[in-house]
Amino acid sequence: MEKRVKFKGLWLPILLVFPQFLITAIFFFYPAGQAIWQSLFIPDPFGLSMQWVGLGNFEFLLADRYYRASFFTTAVFSILVTVVSMGVALYLAVLADRLVKGSGTYRTLLIWPYAVAPAVAGVLWLFMFNTRVGVVTWYLGLLGYDWNHVLNEGEAMGLVVVASAWGRISYNFLFFLAGLQAIPRSVIEAAAIDGAHFWTRFRTIVFPLLSPTTFFLLVVNIIYSFFETFGVIHTITSGGPQQATTILVYKVYADGFVGQDLGSSAAQSVILLAIVSLLTVIQFKYIERRVHY
Amino acid sequence: MAEQNGMVERRGAGLWLVHLGLIVGIAFIFFPIWLAFVASTVEQQDIVRPPMPLLPGDQFFSNYARALTSGVNAPVSTMLLNSMIMAVGISLGKIAISLLSAFAIVYFRFPARRLFFWLIFLTLMLPVEVRIVPTYEVIANFGMLNSYQGLILPLIASATATFLFRQFFMTVPDELAEAARVDGAGPMRFFFDILLPMSRTNIAALFVILFIYGWNQYLWPLLITTDPEMNTIVMGIKQMFPSGDDTADWPVIMATSILAMVPPVLVVVGMQRLFIRGLVDSEK
Repeated sequence: MEKRVKFKGLWLPILLVFPQFLITAIFFFYPAGQAIWQSLFIPDPFGLSMQWVGLGNFEFLLADRYYRASFFTTAVFSILVTVVSMGVALYLAVLADRLVKGSGTYRTLLIWPYAVAPAVAGVLWLFMFNTRVGVVTWYLGLLGYDWNHVLNEGEAMGLVVVASAWGRISYNFLFFLAGLQAIPRSVIEAAAIDGAHFWTRFRTIVFPLLSPTTFFLLVVNIIYSFFETFGVIHTITSGGPQQATTILVYKVYADGFVGQDLGSSAAQSVILLAIVSLLTVIQFKYIERRVHY
Repeated sequence: MAEQNGMVERRGAGLWLVHLGLIVGIAFIFFPIWLAFVASTVEQQDIVRPPMPLLPGDQFFSNYARALTSGVNAPVSTMLLNSMIMAVGISLGKIAISLLSAFAIVYFRFPARRLFFWLIFLTLMLPVEVRIVPTYEVIANFGMLNSYQGLILPLIASATATFLFRQFFMTVPDELAEAARVDGAGPMRFFFDILLPMSRTNIAALFVILFIYGWNQYLWPLLITTDPEMNTIVMGIKQMFPSGDDTADWPVIMATSILAMVPPVLVVVGMQRLFIRGLVDSEK
């Protein structure tokens, strides 16, 4: 696409793009380049010089038990967050879509948790499940269940998953509801006349027609659970217990800033960068082509 | 017609089941926030001896006043101000530089225009989280730790907004620019008098999304604001938890959590239509 009408001038457009060029060069391209460059070195213990190791950092990482565990943790975590938040959102959107009147009111009530920061969501859920004062912990105790996410790895994972998925329901609900409302009523009514019941209609018509929305949300939610959930993990578990909730982004932070292992942290950044790029390509290419009505 | 509708939309008992399902869902979503609100209105003793009450107490004003004026490390009013400056700075900064460069890309021919466009495209999907260590070093070298510039600049170094404005400018009819040129108006005159007013809704929708994005930042402020006076409210909450075995000041922490939610929630609810539009625009 090109505009037919163009203004003349050479210095004006350069002046116009300059602020963005400058900021992006300094705060995006230079650091991104540095991440790739640093990933090829290890600094000596005193931080005075850097030693070239080529792909050594990557080899070390891929052989590292903890890093591989973090990969596995990230996969489990992001799949669970995506499935839970999309499942609940789809359930609510299907219900709201069945209302002739009032779906707008429910929408208003359901969208505002979008505004709650992941880190704040983390604090809210931490408060409910706090081992000493948490209300839910206390009632679980009455039922004879001893909740302790500080020690129990499975419970820690469950808590960060629910807290991350909770904040994401609004977003998925909005897109699912819009997708459902775009399905022509006549198609559904025709099926109803043919005697198809709600579940049959949902399985054979509604869900397939919703597939572009579903796949879009799948990718977006996985990217969300990779990066933006840092606040949830940091507030609730700090990656523990025994690194059971150390997702990849958390490990970049923990190794780079807490552990001061710059080479390894940079190599991890580069791997993350590759994963995001891959997801983006999938989003743009595969989904746009394969999923259609 | 009535019978056909009856097959698709539920009536009577079925309708009530639908409402019930939605209300249960909403209750589940609201419960954590309700609990935080209750905790922000009671005394510390009510919380540390579980179970805490499920209805608000009478300490609302004293807890919030304590949070706003003294907080734990820094007054929450200071952190609110920091968050506001950061969120507004990110929104306005990103919108301003993106409008200008999108205008240049769409309405001018200049060398390296293609290259510039692809560089912009590259920044679209890489969040700040993947380059935190080198970006931190850049900020430290500029002496921007614990400063508003340090909080804002790295987060506007991406081109999502440029991309959106480019898409929008492409849909603006060519006749407008042509007419402006015939009338002898220069490019900047065209930009300010025609293009900018036409972009109002897009700008507002983007502002809503960017404001929430900026307000809710966590990792970046955590890294570069070591001075409690520069903490933003979202990252400051975690700093209020004592290390070790001391008991946290729950009423103040929960009051702070509520305060951290109020501005973005007001923006989302108050500008619901712009918010939904911005969300759809920025993802598709």
